Amino acid sequence: MTEPLLMAHELSVQKGVRTLLSNVSLSVSQGDIWQLAGGNGVGKTSLLRAFARLARIEVFGRLERCEDVLYSGHSAALKGALTPRQNLMTHPSGLNVPSDLAIDTALEAVGVLGHADVQTARLSAGQKRRVALARLFLPSPRLWLLDEPFTALDVQGVKALEARFLEHACKGGAVVFTSHQSAALGDELKVLNLEHYCGG
Amino acid sequence: MWRIIHQLGSPPWVYRFCDRVIPWLLPLTAVALIVGSAWGLLFAPTDYKQGDSYRIIYIHVPAAVVSLAGYYIMAFAGLVSLVWRIKLADLAMRAAAPIGAAFTAVALITGAIWGKPTWGAWWVWDARVTSMLILFFLYVGVIALFQAYDNKTIAARACAILSLVGTVNIPIIYKSVDWWYSLHQPASIKFTGSSAIDASMLYPLLGMIVAFYALFALLLMLNLKQSLTSEYSQSNWLIKRITT
Amino acid sequence: MADQSGIDILQYLRGQTARHVRLQFASPSEIVNPLLFFLLVVILFPLGLGPDPERLALLAPGILWVVALLANLMICMRLFVDDFEDGSLEQLAMASTPLALSVIPQLLAAWMTGGLVLSLAAPLFGMMLGLPVSAAPVLVASLLMGTAIMLLLGAVGAALTVGVRRGGILLALLILPLYIPVLIAGTRALDEALHSGDPAVALAFLGAGVTGGLLLAPLAIAAGLRVSLEL
Repeated sequence: MTEPLLMAHELSVQKGVRTLLSNVSLSVSQGDIWQLAGGNGVGKTSLLRAFARLARIEVFGRLERCEDVLYSGHSAALKGALTPRQNLMTHPSGLNVPSDLAIDTALEAVGVLGHADVQTARLSAGQKRRVALARLFLPSPRLWLLDEPFTALDVQGVKALEARFLEHACKGGAVVFTSHQSAALGDELKVLNLEHYCGG
Repeated sequence: MWRIIHQLGSPPWVYRFCDRVIPWLLPLTAVALIVGSAWGLLFAPTDYKQGDSYRIIYIHVPAAVVSLAGYYIMAFAGLVSLVWRIKLADLAMRAAAPIGAAFTAVALITGAIWGKPTWGAWWVWDARVTSMLILFFLYVGVIALFQAYDNKTIAARACAILSLVGTVNIPIIYKSVDWWYSLHQPASIKFTGSSAIDASMLYPLLGMIVAFYALFALLLMLNLKQSLTSEYSQSNWLIKRITT
Repeated sequence: MADQSGIDILQYLRGQTARHVRLQFASPSEIVNPLLFFLLVVILFPLGLGPDPERLALLAPGILWVVALLANLMICMRLFVDDFEDGSLEQLAMASTPLALSVIPQLLAAWMTGGLVLSLAAPLFGMMLGLPVSAAPVLVASLLMGTAIMLLLGAVGAALTVGVRRGGILLALLILPLYIPVLIAGTRALDEALHSGDPAVALAFLGAGVTGGLLLAPLAIAAGLRVSLEL
């Protein structure tokens, strides 16, 4: 049994004076797909950011996590002045620059290869969304922490993303994502309902 | 030794400590201030150069000394909170900031009061007063940064970083202002010269400095107790303590 | 796992700096505006103080440095804001590269399109205030170092205020007191140059400031950015 990619033990997340979540425990192993579910404001994003170690000050409890993590937050981290190709090439999060072939494959997988060399600012909102998701089709870290990845995607996009999750999990990666909607991933999907951990 | 440090991080212990210390520190400080002020303002000899107007230094200098020390105390509390994540250190830093700013303001105002009869102007750009003004802005900056964040836990972290940056810069600022001053003033005029000070004037000054340190500690403890009360208003230990 | 050999890091820094410079040039007004601001404020002084060339020449070092301070402040107000808003800063913080290292390309790019340009253009503004050409080398040298220090300090302030609404004024309040030693040293260097003195001490002070700043500021900047990202 290989080591889990992420292990949270009795994590509490506070926001100012409010305790959002308490005693959250979770173990994410290779091949897992976890959904953090719950209504608005329950603390899905806060918990995910705690996993990403972007929120440390108001998080208590033990968190162990592997080092290669991909985090995708509410904002896409795309520069409007650069083309999708340039955006994927010079992503700030790594020393490794993906090869041209890898970038082309990724852009094609999300269906924006035709706009690869147009300034990102000129693309439609849907296309921008897809460029942001193209990162998931590049050779990427094992653990994915994704905040609301299905927002603003059309039916086709949702299917493609779900398929990608399954593919990633099969190859030994893991996905933890937040969403209000349920994803059609069948038995593969594990759900952590944060409503159970609400409050102090 | 570790026990003391552990206790210092425990809010109930610190609250009890404040409760025990304040009742005797308050009258002690009051007495020290009254005695020191009387001694300096009334009984110390008249200065042959400045007459009686110099007496304001018995308030000005202690205020200035403590205001500078206060910044370092605040920054130290910030450092502790940053490194060891002790909530109490956060509260201590927050408590120290307005007190330090107030002492700086007192130093500035008394500096002006000193300046008017001595050199004819309410404001004089000499090294010490200018440095004091900059220190005031450093304090105001910390307070303003704290106010700017809604989430106060995170705000305290930001202020801790800012105070530490400030502590590194304070010696640089003081030294450069000294340098600036020495370049622009003809050597014959020295507003705040380091002339030898007579013992009969020195002792009341030292006494007042000690009294001001005590005052700072007292105000800090009062403020800290206040913060502890509001932070832990829901906690059992506090409710028990207040109701018994 | 990324190979962290020395060559890779240099390549990374070079690549990222180029990326940031390219981004800067995408909105060229961001580069030109501080220059125009500098020019405009410099013009205000003769209008406010009177056109007497001798008096202007006397005040020129101080005027140039104060305006440089303000122009730098303007540049620092724009630091990190875009990256904070579009999520790039989060990604930077998530990366395996230490944040203190990964902010350097951005700062370098900001200085190259900001402080460096201002320093090279300064003799022109100096001339408008009656500063003799002989003082130009010292003016440029002192400004090159001074703007570097001011950018580093300003970045600390920017890191702490990037998540705050209308953080611009707050940034000014936090940073201007810290700029004062730079102002003192810079004007000192110019004064010495103008009166046949030795600007070496003042320039050395500035040099020390740049070195110290490069060593310490990135740590404070990274800490500040992490705090802002918690919001």
